[in-house]
Amino acid sequence: MKLSRYMLRSALILGLFALIGGGVVAAIYQTTAPRIAEAERAYMLRSLHAVIPPSLHDNDIYHDMIEVRDPELLGTDKPVPVFRARREGRPVALAIMSVAPDGYNGAIRLLVGIRVDGTLLGVRVISHQETPGLGDAIEERRSDWILGFTGRSLSNPEPKGWHVQRDGGVFDQFTGATITPRAVVKAVYNTLRFYKRNKDWLFTRPSENPAREAQDIEHAESEEPPHE
Amino acid sequence: MSDGPREILNEGLWRNNTALVQLLGLCPLLAVSGTVINALGLGLATTLVMAGSNVTVSLVRNLVRPELRIPTFVLVIACFVTAVELLMKAFVYDLYLVLGIFIPLIVTNCVIIARAEAFAAKNNVGRSLLDGLAMGVGFSLVLVVLGGLREILGHGTLLAQADLMFGPAAHGLTLTLIPEYRGFLLAILPPGAFLGLGLLIALKNVIDRRHAARRALRGAVSPAGPAVETAKP
Repeated sequence: MKLSRYMLRSALILGLFALIGGGVVAAIYQTTAPRIAEAERAYMLRSLHAVIPPSLHDNDIYHDMIEVRDPELLGTDKPVPVFRARREGRPVALAIMSVAPDGYNGAIRLLVGIRVDGTLLGVRVISHQETPGLGDAIEERRSDWILGFTGRSLSNPEPKGWHVQRDGGVFDQFTGATITPRAVVKAVYNTLRFYKRNKDWLFTRPSENPAREAQDIEHAESEEPPHE
Repeated sequence: MSDGPREILNEGLWRNNTALVQLLGLCPLLAVSGTVINALGLGLATTLVMAGSNVTVSLVRNLVRPELRIPTFVLVIACFVTAVELLMKAFVYDLYLVLGIFIPLIVTNCVIIARAEAFAAKNNVGRSLLDGLAMGVGFSLVLVVLGGLREILGHGTLLAQADLMFGPAAHGLTLTLIPEYRGFLLAILPPGAFLGLGLLIALKNVIDRRHAARRALRGAVSPAGPAVETAKP
């Protein structure tokens, strides 16, 4: 009897602590939530504006977002955000957050900006775990390699040129690191192919924000030879 | 355990330094000491959590029964870490992105629970606060020195990306010590962190030994070597 009362009191004390702790954390969460949302938005906008210049569009690109899924071409099973830029209501460009799944050390997340005509506005690396000092030259602040995609498209160069130079393509590799640039070149190429296949509806589908629901894409049979 | 404030400071900053003597919390220490700014960010966050949890634990030390001690302390620490994480996300979002998982992982930094258990549970609020700050600053100093070493050797810069912490105005703080430096991979990779920490510990031991030798020469009573209170990894 005495023991059970002792245990009950202990449980109550612990519960009280949990309650107070939870309350404090909840209060801080409530007060910081708007600022956190703002920080996330500002960060994302900065990345988006690196691949789609702000002068090109006049819409709220951050909220004009849909999520698409295409494990084959976008490099991940998960839904991939696509941000759409419009000017006076007409589609101008979009930014696809695709993934290069076969980096030297795991997946490399990219942001690929594509003009409505299928040329690349710019590519940036969002996150990666490549070797510092070798593979990380894909970052814009380490080297200007990633800027070499700007202006390219599916026909510039021809498909067989969409490789690093060692594989007979037009893109540089880095000294001591071929796997990383190879993975990025392949992912950018696949992202362009994804755009070509799906461009009919990418701009017309209603924006999903804030409701986030992934939707599978039934894409047509491949019209291009499989890419290595 | 009735040392004065000077003793508490000395314990935390030097004699019983978390990173150099107790060798606790090595995982975050080694993982984020790649640059000075990352190191400073994690150091400050850890110090904040440690000071906060020490004060809270000290406040409730007479309320909590022995068998509830550990769960309560863990709860307190977890609350502080979550609060710090939310605040970093709100005010230094870019730094939060860089430090990533190591902010929530402060919960598992055993230094914090060790100080709560070994010090704050037995001392008053003021002394516990001082102990938390001293231990935290001691940890941060080692982090920053190690970060500086690795950044200079690895990238040839110092204070790169200071803007992550201090805003865009801090872009100019970055010092390029060695222009056109090709980088030294070993310093950036994890082995560099281990080697660097090993060298720092060796340096501390050399300094301690010199001091002891000088004191012995003067004929004073030589104090015992550095006391290790808790050494559970």
